[in-house]
Amino acid sequence: MPVKEQRQAPPPEITQGRHPMEKYLRMDRIPHIWCAGCGLGTTLASFLYAVDDMGLDPDSLAVISGIGCTGRVAGYVRMDSYHTTHGRPIAFATGLKLAKPYTKAVVFSGDGDLFAIGGNHFIHAARRNLDMNVICVNNLNYGMTGGQVGPTTPLGGRCTTSPYGNFEHPFNLVYVAASAGAAYVARWTSLDVRRLQKAIQEMLSRKGFSFLEVIAPCPTNYGRRNKLGSGLDELRHYADHAVIKHGADLSETDIIPGQDFLVGKFVDSEKPTFWEMYQDKVAELEKRSSR
Amino acid sequence: MPAKAVLSGVHFMNGDEAIAEGALAAGCRFFAAYPITPQSEIAERLAARLPRIGGTFVQMEDELAAMAAVVGASWGGEKAMTATSGPGFSLMMENLGLAVMTETPCVLANVQRAGPSTGLPTAVGQGDMMQARWGSHGHYELIALCPYSPQEAFDLTVRAFALAERFRTPVLIMTDEVVGHMYEKVEIPEEVSEASRRRPQGPPDEFLPFKPDEDLVPPMACTGDGYRIHVTGLTHDERGYPDMSADAQDRLVRRLCDKVRLYPDEYTLWEEHSLEDAEVAIISYGISARVALRAVELARRKGHKVGLLRLVTAWPFPDELVRRVADNVKGLVTVELNLGQISREVERAVRGKVPQVGVYHPGGRIHRPEEVLAGIEEVI
Repeated sequence: MPVKEQRQAPPPEITQGRHPMEKYLRMDRIPHIWCAGCGLGTTLASFLYAVDDMGLDPDSLAVISGIGCTGRVAGYVRMDSYHTTHGRPIAFATGLKLAKPYTKAVVFSGDGDLFAIGGNHFIHAARRNLDMNVICVNNLNYGMTGGQVGPTTPLGGRCTTSPYGNFEHPFNLVYVAASAGAAYVARWTSLDVRRLQKAIQEMLSRKGFSFLEVIAPCPTNYGRRNKLGSGLDELRHYADHAVIKHGADLSETDIIPGQDFLVGKFVDSEKPTFWEMYQDKVAELEKRSSR
Repeated sequence: MPAKAVLSGVHFMNGDEAIAEGALAAGCRFFAAYPITPQSEIAERLAARLPRIGGTFVQMEDELAAMAAVVGASWGGEKAMTATSGPGFSLMMENLGLAVMTETPCVLANVQRAGPSTGLPTAVGQGDMMQARWGSHGHYELIALCPYSPQEAFDLTVRAFALAERFRTPVLIMTDEVVGHMYEKVEIPEEVSEASRRRPQGPPDEFLPFKPDEDLVPPMACTGDGYRIHVTGLTHDERGYPDMSADAQDRLVRRLCDKVRLYPDEYTLWEEHSLEDAEVAIISYGISARVALRAVELARRKGHKVGLLRLVTAWPFPDELVRRVADNVKGLVTVELNLGQISREVERAVRGKVPQVGVYHPGGRIHRPEEVLAGIEEVI
């Protein structure tokens, strides 16, 4: 499905108490559980605006989440949505996608879910180039369980289980994704809502394994313990340090506290997906047996 | 490999291959697994067969992923299976629980080897019987079937898919290394009826995805069916929405258990040998039951009145059946390749009314018939 070049209609009017994208939301589950100042709401909205703008049939989408704050996304979208086990949304989505190859599989989960307990599944889904879209909301810690240190916590970051400051080297998610073979890799902050929407539209219109990292504030846990102020202050802090550099050398994309970090679209390539290669093999077998 | 799903005819194949063929005959078109001995032949055969008949084979990065993919594929509308052994079974417990909680029909074959841990990777065991029952956290019911021959491995795999769909629950095929690697005649019938899935009928607006029919099983709306449902491993209500109350937990967990427990006639399978006049009954399953059959012969030759109750369905445990058999004998001998797992269930069912002797071995080899005979003579 091609991405529309330009939004023609003016943006929908926002009225108090109504969300312009509520046709895609399970309004009977609102209010959501996310904290004020969290980046999840804007990230989810960006996804819904992307779906709306592309005119996608919600029945052609499946949203799959793991466990954690981001894991709750699946519970709020009015689409076929699966809230699976911790770390396994990509593995679950692998089965769903291969059983239903024309469904667009969107995996929404957090940094701990996708890169600690689920890291192996991420790497292998990217390696296989499964046709799925993975959106990782990276809040630099485990929010749902009370703010423990995670695989993306920057060096020195204070968390409940790194009370003296984190001394473990963190993962650079976009570098991991690109190294593992992802066909599309981008990073934005949750302030960049238009860029997020555009990135998600690109992901949904391309084939193969696409990955979007969203740097998001967690004012209740990470922001508070690291004296980053309110959610808005924390978001401003990230936005102030974010420097756009499309196609950057991924070895230069580390997130180091107090320093600028790179955002942008880092990888946008095309290669055959798992499903296409499987189908090629099937065709080859059929040809061979019909000889 | 032939490009037809049901290989009707007479074959010489091992138990693992028979499981693979049973799955295809039952309509399974998705298989995900991770390499492990002694289940390899199941995965290898399906890797060769599935691409030829419009199915999907995927070798995952571990057993956690394999089981998760099977649950995902089932929601995607396919009949899906995985197979594993030993340590892989442990890893599958997590998403086996997800399948139970989300009422996902699927089949898991465990070709048991001797544990704990890496144990004896290539040698027989039956030490996972309790793990099959209680291995995932929380309280639940599922169905476990124990074939004792390649033919039965085929038949029970077909049955497993039908039961998985009927009850919307995972069904385990608890076989073992010896049955898995034993080559025998397997007859595949001309026609095998594929398991069918109960799908919702009404309009999406009125559909409650976890509102059960009268038999406590809800119809299943799959991805893209237009029902836009939410599926979660959290405790949920009939809408599928999380409900964190003790009442919701009580309602859901009781229903998940009752939907299976209340219909034992539909899944309780067993076989009786020489029990009519028996004074001692052997209770066994899987490969151990084959050894026990030989022991019955030896005992009869020595004039002992001995019979065998072969359990085909291990879970839910057939309490009534075991009690009925126990009521007519003076002693029980339980034979299994662990140090007493199913025998605990036998004891529980019989409530001490009849003396019971366990003939146990922790695996690595099957029992010798003489060992079973010694157990019989102990209880006489």
